[in-house]
Amino acid sequence: MLPVPPLRYLAPRRLREALGLLEQGARGRTAPDGDGAQRRGPVLPIAGGTDLVPNLKHRLLDVELLVDLTRLEEPHLRGVREVAGRLHLGALTSLADAAVDPLLRQHHPALAGVYRKIGSPQLRNMGTVGGNLCLDTRCNYFNQTAFWRAALGYCLKRKGTDCHVVPGATRCVASCSSDGAAFLTALGAEARIEGLTGDRWVTVESLLQSEGRRHLAIEPWELVTELRLPAATPGRCAAYEKLRMREAIDFPLLSVAAVADLEPGGACRSLRVVVSALGARPRVVTGLDGLVEGRPLDDAALERVAAEAHRQCHPLPNMTADPAWRRAMVPVLVRRALRRATGPTE
Amino acid sequence: MSGERTGGPPGPGSGQGAAYSVIGKRNRKVDGRRKVTGQAIFTDDLQPARLLHGKILRSPHAHARIRAIDTSRAAAHPGVHAVITGRDLPIAYGIIPWTRDEFPLAIDKVLYVGDGVAAVAADDERTAEAALELIEVDYQVLPAVLTVEAALAHPEVQVNPLAGQGNISKHVRLSFGDVEGGLASAEEIVEDTWFHAGSTHAAIEPHCAVGDLGADGILTVHSSTQVPHYLHRELSRVLELPVDRIRVIQPAVGGGFGGKSEPFDLEFAVAKLSCLTGRPVKILYTREEVFAAHRGRHPMLMTYRVGARRDGTLTAVKALIQIDGGAHSSFGLVTTYYSGQLLGAPYRLPAYEFNSTRVFTNKPSCGPKRGHGSVQPRFAFECALDMLAERLELDPFELRRRNLLGPDTRTVNEFRVTSNGFLECLARVEGASGWKEKFRKLPFGRGVGVAGSSYISGTNYPIYPNQMPQSAVQLKVDRSGRVTVFAGVSDIGQGCDSVLAYIVAEELGVALDSIRVITADTDLTPVDMGAYSSRITFMAGNAAIAACAGVKRQIQETLAQLWSVPPGQVRLADGLATAPGSPSHALPIAEAFQAAEARFGTLGGIGSYNTPKDVHGSYRGGTIGASPAYSFSAHVAEVEVDGETGQVRVRKLWVAHDCGRALNPVLVEGQMEGSAAMGFGEAIFEEQAYDERGLHRGPSLLDYPLATTLDTPELESLIVESGDREGPYGAKEAGEGPLHPSIPAIANAIHDAVGVRLKRLPFHPPRVLAALDARRTSGLQWKGH
Repeated sequence: MLPVPPLRYLAPRRLREALGLLEQGARGRTAPDGDGAQRRGPVLPIAGGTDLVPNLKHRLLDVELLVDLTRLEEPHLRGVREVAGRLHLGALTSLADAAVDPLLRQHHPALAGVYRKIGSPQLRNMGTVGGNLCLDTRCNYFNQTAFWRAALGYCLKRKGTDCHVVPGATRCVASCSSDGAAFLTALGAEARIEGLTGDRWVTVESLLQSEGRRHLAIEPWELVTELRLPAATPGRCAAYEKLRMREAIDFPLLSVAAVADLEPGGACRSLRVVVSALGARPRVVTGLDGLVEGRPLDDAALERVAAEAHRQCHPLPNMTADPAWRRAMVPVLVRRALRRATGPTE
Repeated sequence: MSGERTGGPPGPGSGQGAAYSVIGKRNRKVDGRRKVTGQAIFTDDLQPARLLHGKILRSPHAHARIRAIDTSRAAAHPGVHAVITGRDLPIAYGIIPWTRDEFPLAIDKVLYVGDGVAAVAADDERTAEAALELIEVDYQVLPAVLTVEAALAHPEVQVNPLAGQGNISKHVRLSFGDVEGGLASAEEIVEDTWFHAGSTHAAIEPHCAVGDLGADGILTVHSSTQVPHYLHRELSRVLELPVDRIRVIQPAVGGGFGGKSEPFDLEFAVAKLSCLTGRPVKILYTREEVFAAHRGRHPMLMTYRVGARRDGTLTAVKALIQIDGGAHSSFGLVTTYYSGQLLGAPYRLPAYEFNSTRVFTNKPSCGPKRGHGSVQPRFAFECALDMLAERLELDPFELRRRNLLGPDTRTVNEFRVTSNGFLECLARVEGASGWKEKFRKLPFGRGVGVAGSSYISGTNYPIYPNQMPQSAVQLKVDRSGRVTVFAGVSDIGQGCDSVLAYIVAEELGVALDSIRVITADTDLTPVDMGAYSSRITFMAGNAAIAACAGVKRQIQETLAQLWSVPPGQVRLADGLATAPGSPSHALPIAEAFQAAEARFGTLGGIGSYNTPKDVHGSYRGGTIGASPAYSFSAHVAEVEVDGETGQVRVRKLWVAHDCGRALNPVLVEGQMEGSAAMGFGEAIFEEQAYDERGLHRGPSLLDYPLATTLDTPELESLIVESGDREGPYGAKEAGEGPLHPSIPAIANAIHDAVGVRLKRLPFHPPRVLAALDARRTSGLQWKGH
């Protein structure tokens, strides 16, 4: 069996305590152990651990101390609440709970559907909404054992200098595999970032970066603590489509999130289409307003949007599925997402 | 479904007539409750005192010369107790005595990524892992051949130094009847090429072994093996210890599927490390090491020419097969024969030739996976039959019915076939699936397909030539009414321990809970060849019946005297001894045992089974594929193909299987469902693939996509009981045969759905979509699309 590397583990009850441990780690000094000795080394937060634990076993991360967030007691970290006309979703809410939350299903049924189709039932019971948003980027040349990566000669994302996906690349193109990240980007959701010195709200779109080695615009001593979503508005419709090998468990090979606002007569007020499982960051398809604004989302409009998405999206060989096929699937998924978004309520 | 079934003439063990009290009933498995509650002991559960943990250093190169190994830093590392390299175990081994071409750890050369180079024993797993990093290996990287084409084009790059010149592992060409004449007289010929990309077993329990040299000089090896007897022999040879000083024990095994049916490096390593340290040593493979150990389904490139008359009668079949073997022979000699020899049923082939070549490549070795050697040819051949039916405008069922082999006959390659329920298998799946309402009648995107197959119930010849029994059972019959069954068989989840309990309970009239089964311990149990080739129910089952015969007679004679009835009227069933004609005579079975023990002394029994040796082909190689009985299967698959993405969803598989007689229908259905589901996974998801460096593309259960329960189609099992005259109560195999038709039935259903013939496995969406695009481009219409 692959052992988890030696590490320490603390499970604080207060958010400030957790943030303090992260900050000490970021400063290169971690909390005293029972024996009073000061230890040095990286500190990482862990919630559901569904991604982190295999990554630790694969030696993808250096860690001296794990800070378990699941015992934190602050109420804003869990559940869905309506605050000032907007929906707040605690980062520690499990994916399984989010999938069936009545408020979330009422305001954003498509997002609840996104959470319902992540991983397997066991993974959804453990995995959290915050962890899903922050999910490390994935690549066929990275998410492998230490032995495998050594045999390969390592890669740009860790310990190596060469990218095996795009030879000569200086930027890591590991894939954003978070279903939540893609949909939240399309929805215009915001994330609350908390640190010891304060908090701020940022859009999910700006939180996510295109560098696979550092795909979150967040400091090591900060945590995403909650999400803020616009409340449901009349005419808002949305859908999420993904391709995967096994419908029952796998990460997406390609995903499309679509959010549209329609006039009562069916004319499109605005449309956002996000394609993900490409590079490190979900791709917002640009230039759609001119294609659909003020017009109904009929088959002709769908074709224009699908063609535009196809033009802009270029899947890379960062996973084993054929990138040419994945590219050919971009318009297929875009059409399906738009049809489902504008179709009858499920 | 009821357990009571009637079949053809019953086989051995039918002494009490057709009214069985245990056989055919839906009894629980003897190990079921311990397994589902977590009490069963697997090899990794063993934690003997002073246990050391071992790890094996593996090659990062597909092919390299080892110029030097320096283990001194690892040996000096605190907590490390011993380090060994290939030089410490210099005797080559191999499951087939004629092709011993493996070293426990590499000597001079590594042959694939993951080849073992050195092993350490340390206080714990992390220390062992840290010690591996301190071993310095000076490799001279060599050119590697990763494909059959490269291996054949570059014989100077010799993969396996123990395997003669070049990279040919085995070549077999056999011809039966007038093949060229048959093809010349054919009115329709299908010729095409198919490719099975290869798959692995991925048993959920990784391989594990614990070696323990006692102060008395007895070496005990616990292993997750499915062949304790062969492991026992090879340990003796490689360690140069007498067989009688070694004890091999197989604890509960979490799945084998053929992936644990030969010795592996970890078993030799724990034995040697224990001999050096005097302490027990355990090695548990990582999942990645399981992928490197492999021995899975061989990639095969298969060209078939199938000739037929206009009425659909086959005239001749000719096959050319290339087999990618990986680095070692493993079972490859047998695989090469099986790739051709097992096609002789269920259809009558008037003339048949196959020409198969197995080639070494710098990849993990292929070997036997459930349906050894014959799943790939069956895929190709059943697809060819479907194409033939289409060209002749015959229903695919009808084509198959016009070429039935039938019972009590010989195949074209001279194998004796006894019972044969294939016709009933066809009828059952045709009816249950609603074939006539669906074939060519479902809308575009949906379709049905059929395929058939046949498989062996054990091989007539063991892996090493000998005249001794293949299976044996010993009984201890206790005055408490308990019977202990000792047998060398390997229960790897398939349920053979339970089958022995059912048989002994049936024969001696003992309640199932009064049976203890002790298996797979070379100190305690008589020799059995192991869990491979679907042999145990047939062979050990017959041995169990034979073991019961003597003690049953003693009990009957004792009670016959006591009751003044003929011995034949004493009936042992359901915990009671009775004389059905005389209702006043009845004794609890324990008292019957006591009466017999008082008369005859301590009770017990010995029985064995050996295969018939006169039912094989009269030519060289004619023994390989000869079996005492053959099973038959037919499947219908119903699929849905997404014409935009190429994704195939298998909605349902109807699985009919002639198992002779279902000794327990639950276990038979479990094997049928498991086999069909495994075939489904190979058709739709799985591929053991490597990149241009010889690196496995994803040696994990995330990247190697086994079908989860939710991905698995609905399965309907239809048991057919032809009643084999030599099988125990008429039983034949059920564990491997029902895998074969899954793949071609799905391929043929995809054709019915969207009009494309897929010839390359697995049927991943890009391949399906490419085939669809090619058909559309060519202008061919299918169901109006």
